[in-house]
Amino acid sequence: MKKVLILFAHPRMEKSRANETLLKHIPSAANITFHDLYELYPDFNIDLEVEKKLLLEHDIIIWQHPFYWYSCPPLMKQWIDIVLEFGWAYGPGGTALKDKIVFNAITTGGANATYNTAGHNRYTIAEYLRPFEQTAHLCKMIYFPPFLVQGSHRLTDEDLKRFSEQYVILLTKMSEGDFTEAHMKEITFLNEICVKSI
Amino acid sequence: MGSGFLFQAVIYLSAAVICVPIAKRFAMGSVLGYLIAGMLIGPFVLGFIGHEGKDLMHFAEFGVVMMLFLIGLELEPSHLWKIRKQIIGVGLSQVLITTAVVMAIGIAASLLWQSALAIGFAFAMSSTAIVLQSLKEKGLMKEPSGQFSFAVLLFQDIAVIPILAILPLLVFLPITNSVDVHGGGIEGLSKWLQTTAVLAAVGGIVLIGKYAIVPLLRLIANTHMRELFTASALLIVVAIALLMQQVGLSPALGTFLAGVILANSEFKHELESDLEPFKGLLLGLFFISVGASIDFHLMYENAATIALITIAVICVKALVLFVIGKKAKLSLDQNLIFAIGLSQVGEFAFVLFSFIGTHNILTPQQTDMMMAVTALSMTISPLLLIVLDKWILPSLAKNNNAESAKEADAVDEKNAVLLVGFGHFGTTIARFLRANGVAATVLDNSSEQVDLLRKMGFKVFYGDATRVDILEAAGAAEAKILIIAIDSPEINLEIVKIVKQHFPNLEIMVRSKNRMDTYDLLDEGIDNIYREHLDTSIRLGVDVMKKLGYRTYSAFRAGQNFIKYDEAALRTLSQNRKDMKVYISAVREQIALQEELLQNDRKIVPSANDHAWDSKEMREKIMELDNQKSR
Repeated sequence: MKKVLILFAHPRMEKSRANETLLKHIPSAANITFHDLYELYPDFNIDLEVEKKLLLEHDIIIWQHPFYWYSCPPLMKQWIDIVLEFGWAYGPGGTALKDKIVFNAITTGGANATYNTAGHNRYTIAEYLRPFEQTAHLCKMIYFPPFLVQGSHRLTDEDLKRFSEQYVILLTKMSEGDFTEAHMKEITFLNEICVKSI
Repeated sequence: MGSGFLFQAVIYLSAAVICVPIAKRFAMGSVLGYLIAGMLIGPFVLGFIGHEGKDLMHFAEFGVVMMLFLIGLELEPSHLWKIRKQIIGVGLSQVLITTAVVMAIGIAASLLWQSALAIGFAFAMSSTAIVLQSLKEKGLMKEPSGQFSFAVLLFQDIAVIPILAILPLLVFLPITNSVDVHGGGIEGLSKWLQTTAVLAAVGGIVLIGKYAIVPLLRLIANTHMRELFTASALLIVVAIALLMQQVGLSPALGTFLAGVILANSEFKHELESDLEPFKGLLLGLFFISVGASIDFHLMYENAATIALITIAVICVKALVLFVIGKKAKLSLDQNLIFAIGLSQVGEFAFVLFSFIGTHNILTPQQTDMMMAVTALSMTISPLLLIVLDKWILPSLAKNNNAESAKEADAVDEKNAVLLVGFGHFGTTIARFLRANGVAATVLDNSSEQVDLLRKMGFKVFYGDATRVDILEAAGAAEAKILIIAIDSPEINLEIVKIVKQHFPNLEIMVRSKNRMDTYDLLDEGIDNIYREHLDTSIRLGVDVMKKLGYRTYSAFRAGQNFIKYDEAALRTLSQNRKDMKVYISAVREQIALQEELLQNDRKIVPSANDHAWDSKEMREKIMELDNQKSR
C-alpha cells in the first residue's frame, strides 16, 4: 500500500468542468489525501510546517493543475518555492523527499495533436514539463510521465466521464503499488496504464 | 363588582390553564382546548358564567381584531404580489362558488334570495384563528396546503370589505333596532352614503397609517422605553378599531389594513412581538366565549335542523375547496389538509351575522340558528383535523412522501444570513455581501439608522436582538448564519448566549472589541470571532514598515504571519487565563495579559522562521564548502 497526496491548484475551480468531474471521482480512501491549495491559502501564505509534514506522510505526490501558459497556476509555483526548502528537500542534507514518486496530472484546453513540432504549440508536453522533472530530480524524487486530460474545451460529458474513470484507475493502481518503475520509463503518458484489467 | 371581576378572571384563566394543556396533551390543539373550556364553564354545563358570555365575546373579538392586525403586518406588499395568483385564483373562486352553492341551497329551502345571499357570504368565511393557529402548530405554513389556506383566508379577509359594503344594499325590511355594537354614527344615513362612508374610512386608514403612525412610532422608539412602545402599539389598534366602529365597519378590517400598511415599516417585528401576547390571550378568551355562547337549549330544540345545516355547510365548503385544490394540482394529502382545514365557518361569520341581524336581512331566530351553526362548525373543525391527522393522512403518507417533499423545498424566501447590528462594522459586511449577491436580513435597534438604510434598499428591521421573539420573527430559525456586529461587547455576548440556547443550529460569527471580550466569547465555545482592531492595526503596521523602506511583499508576509501567530496565541492564552489568579479589576487583568503577550512576542518572533526566497543560507553553505575545498 502506498499513500497518495493530490496537491490540487486551480484558481477558479467552480468554472472548470474537467477538474470538477475529475475531483468528483477521486475515491475516498484512507490512503488518498486530497489537498486543495487555493481553498487553503487564498492569501498565498502557505503554511510551511503543515506542508512539510504532509509530504513526509506520503509516498506518491501528484501535482494536479490546469496547464496555464505552459506551466502551473501561481499558487502551485509558490508552493514549490516555499515548501521545497534548501537543506530539507535539496542541497546538502536535503533528503526528506528522496525516492518519493511525483508526477503532474494536467488538464489542457488544446488537443494533444497541437503539442508537437507540427502543431501550433510547437513542443511536446514532456518538453514543457522539464522544469517539474528537474525539480523532482533535484529533490532526488522519482518523476513519472504526466496524466493528461487534453482538449478540455471540446470534451463531451461522456469523454470527461471516460477520463475520470482513467484517473480513478490510476489512483487505485498507485495507492496499491500496482506498477513498476521500469514500465513507467517506457510509456509517454500515465493514461496508457489506465485500462481496466480484465 | 371588584370581587366579581376577580372571580370571573379566576374562572376564565383556570379553565384555560386546565383545559388547554389537556387538549394539547391529546394532540387536539389549543383551539379545541379553549372551546371545551368555554363549554364547561358556560351557562349550560357548570354555569360558572352566565349569559354575559355573549358580551364577553364582543370584548374578546378584540383578539380577532389584533390577529388581523398581526396578519396584516406579515403581509408585505411584495409578498402579496408574489402570491397574487393564488389569492385571486384560489381565494376568489372559493368565496364565489361557496356563496353561490349556499345561496342556491338557501333559495331551494325557500329563503328569500337576499337572505340566502347573505348567509352564503357568511358561510363562505373560514376561521382565520383556527386555521392559522393549527397550521402554525403543525408547521405547515410553508407547505402548499399552508400557502393555499393562507391565500384563501387572506382573500376572505379582504372580501369582507366589499361584503360589508354590499350587505346594506340587501336590506328590504325596515330597520327596527338601530343601536348595536357594530352600528355607529352613520346608521341613519342612506345606503349609498353608508357605502361611501365605508370607502372613505378605508382610505382614511391608509393615509393615517402612512403619514401619522410611522412618524409617531419613530418618536416613541427614540425614547427607548419598551413599555411606551407597547402602549402605542395597543393604542394604534384600539384607536383604529374605535374609528371603524364609529363608521359602522368591522374593526378587524381596519386594523388589518393598518397592519398591511405598517408591514413595510421598520417597526414590523417590534409591533408583532409586543402585541403577540395580547392577541394570544384575547383569542383564547374569544374561543372560550364561543364555547360558552353555544346555546344548548336552542340546539336541543332545533337539534336536527342545526346538525343538518352544520354538516351540509361543512360538506359543501370542503367539497368546493377540494375541487379548487384539485384544479390547482395539489397532491391528495395537501388537498385534504387544505379542504378540511378550511371547512368550518369562521369568526367573521359572527361579525357578518350580527351585521345581517342588525339590518334585518334575517329574522332574529334565523340569526341565532346561523350563529349556533357557526359555533358548532368551529367546534367540530378541530376534531375533523384530528381525524385527518391521525387516520387518513398516515395511510396516504407512504405514496406521497417523495412528491410533497419536493414541493416544500421550492418555497424559501428567508435569507440564509441574519446580520445583527448595522453600525459602521455591520454596514461594511452587508455592503460587501450585497455586492456579491448574498442577501442578508438586517436587525438593528436604531430607528434613524434603519430608516436611512431602508431607503437605500436594504432589508432592515427595527428590533432588539436580545429578544428571542424578535430573532424568531427575523428568521433565526431558518437562517444558516448569524452575524453579530453590535458595538457593545456586553450585548454581543448576551445575544450569543440567547442564540446558543434557542437556536443551537445557527452558526454564530461575532465581532469582538478587545482580548477580554474575545476570551469571554471563546469561553462560550464560539470559534468565529473577529477582533475589529486586528486586521486594521496590522495593516497600518505593515504600511509603517513599507514607509521605513522594507520591501512591500516582505512587510506584507510579516503581517500575514503575525495575524496567524496572534490567533494561535489568543487560544493558548485563553486556556492559561482560566488558571490565572482572579483579578478584582479588569484593568489589572488587562495589564497582566499585555505583559504575558509582550513576553511571548519576544520569545517567538513570528517572521523569524520565514526563509522563503532567502538565499542567505544557501550562500553560507556554498562558502563553507568552498572553504573546505581550498583548505
